[in-house]
Amino acid sequence: MKILTGNDLKTGAVTWWTGSDWSLHVDDAVDVGDEADEILAREQGARRVNAAYAIDAIRDANGVRPGHIKERIRALGPTVRPDLTLKPADPAAGNWVI
Amino acid sequence: MYRYDSYDQTMVDARVAEFRDQTRRRIDGKLTEDQFKPLRLQNGLYLQLHAYMLRVAVPYGTLSSAQMHALADIADKYDRGYGHFTTRQNIQYNWIKLEDAPDILADLAKVEMHAIQTSGNCIRNISSDQFAGAAADEVVDPRPYAELLRQWSSFHPEFLALPRKFKIAVIASETDRAAMRLHDIGVKIVRNAAGELGAAFYVGGGMGRTPMIGPLIREFVPLDQLITYSEACLRVYNRYGRRDNKYKARIKILVHELGADEYKRQVEEEFAHLLTLGIEPPLAELERIKTFFVDPPFEKSASDDLDRSDPDFALWVDRNCTPHKQPGYIAATISLKAVGGIPGDASAAQMHLMAELTERYSFDECRVTHAQNIVLPHVRKADLYALWQQLDEAGLATPNLDLIGDIIACPGLDYCSLANARSIPVAQKISQRFAETGKGDMLGELKLKISGCINACGHHHAGHIGILGVDKKGTENYQLLLGGSEGADTSLGKITGPGFDEDGIVAAVETAADVYLAQRQDGERFLDTYRRIGMEPFKEALYG
Ligand code: SF4
Repeated sequence: MKILTGNDLKTGAVTWWTGSDWSLHVDDAVDVGDEADEILAREQGARRVNAAYAIDAIRDANGVRPGHIKERIRALGPTVRPDLTLKPADPAAGNWVI
Repeated sequence: MYRYDSYDQTMVDARVAEFRDQTRRRIDGKLTEDQFKPLRLQNGLYLQLHAYMLRVAVPYGTLSSAQMHALADIADKYDRGYGHFTTRQNIQYNWIKLEDAPDILADLAKVEMHAIQTSGNCIRNISSDQFAGAAADEVVDPRPYAELLRQWSSFHPEFLALPRKFKIAVIASETDRAAMRLHDIGVKIVRNAAGELGAAFYVGGGMGRTPMIGPLIREFVPLDQLITYSEACLRVYNRYGRRDNKYKARIKILVHELGADEYKRQVEEEFAHLLTLGIEPPLAELERIKTFFVDPPFEKSASDDLDRSDPDFALWVDRNCTPHKQPGYIAATISLKAVGGIPGDASAAQMHLMAELTERYSFDECRVTHAQNIVLPHVRKADLYALWQQLDEAGLATPNLDLIGDIIACPGLDYCSLANARSIPVAQKISQRFAETGKGDMLGELKLKISGCINACGHHHAGHIGILGVDKKGTENYQLLLGGSEGADTSLGKITGPGFDEDGIVAAVETAADVYLAQRQDGERFLDTYRRIGMEPFKEALYG
């Protein structure tokens, strides 16, 4: 699947395109099929997200998993500071990145 | 230390106001990201993996306690309670909100700090020896010259759009503690046979994709021509440095392609021309700057005695303290490399504590080192035990300066959008492994440096052991380099062979260390043994 990601304009937080808005959680990301360019052009004007782009991902039993490790680290947070990730209570969260 | 005059303060305050307006216009949609990006970068604000990242300049690594407190307050108020000290002696914050950035810059300006020229193709923060003003082996304190260069390079209209970024280091000791020859310009303050002070210029060093050791371009530039000669070096680069290819745009490529002799000839020609224009600031300005760097009021009769009866303290003294030019004093390095910790990271609480100790024990001055540690440069030996106890309580007394646990590591793929691989987990695993096996103590001086990509912010080329993260078909892979050094005997590390995965690189470092332990002769450091026996025995053990 193709999903869209960028950083929130004001906070810089990593966000994912949900079909109507931008979410902090990669599991909310939707497959944009071949509409990526169109949505990105529209969203650039909406000033919610910065420097957005399309990436490859898969959806499996655990949710949406970006194809590249860099995007998985963006989705989770720094693997060396589990306390600062989106899943601070899950000690194994970092394993999802690998 | 240097204090802003009204010009400095006015310039910095004006820049804060300007950036506040630019940020407002970006948030209001009056500026596109393409328009805004160069403006935010000129104020040190990057967009990294998880958020905006702010890089704050620490001129030649020197901080007062008020400044360190302010850095801690920023970490608490606007970030997530910590900061990262970098190999450029700066500090970076990883979780900055765009809407907060102008307020942060305003807070910095109140303590005479800023983030100007910490990004972009301009002259960056000037770096220096962390023991400047304290080192027993320096001919003079290099910081007044670094400060003069800082003033010259700040907002220099001709050098704000160079072909590429430009880094200058200034030292004044035979022992190079600032990786001077791996800078675009390395300035070494020297004394000639007549006893006069001048500057030796090494130009065209650098790390990154094409590492080069800067050749000596001129042995002696009189100090009243320091700025003029620097200007000549920059002008030749600005005129002929390549702008068509970012990978060939650094001055090292120009010097290499022209040859050091031809580059020098062109610089001398430009220098002769510039001398006719009288651009050198009056010596009175240098004298004014020097007044900020006079020795603190050392206690003349301070004792050299140290009670070493506490073995942990004695070990820390032996490992982390450096002789001082003033009897009765010592320079103490606070290791930001706790076993298994994140190299260079400090929490706000640790920064506040370091600020308090700076005020109490080091004449209100501390230094950030390019090895991502903090130095209290002027500690009375009589106060050293009390200082150590407070550091120890806060987890800041790891006795590992220049040992394998004192790893330089860039933020890598955990934070950096340019990274190929993570640096920090590798550093953590290596430091843990060598602490657990006790081998770290047996190895003696061994400088290990890790970069998450070829940009080499982690100085991997200059590590006795270097590690470079690469992307191997979407997975992290690590190349091992041996034999780099950054000191007076600067050399570039060589790649051992095929790379390793994360666990594999940790094991490979241990294998290399074992080869050294088996082969070392009396008094040899890892680097000495490597230089004597060469790469083959290491290759054999790693891949044989
Ligand atoms: S070396 Fe590469 S990964 Fe590391 S901080 Fe520099 S640019 Fe980022």
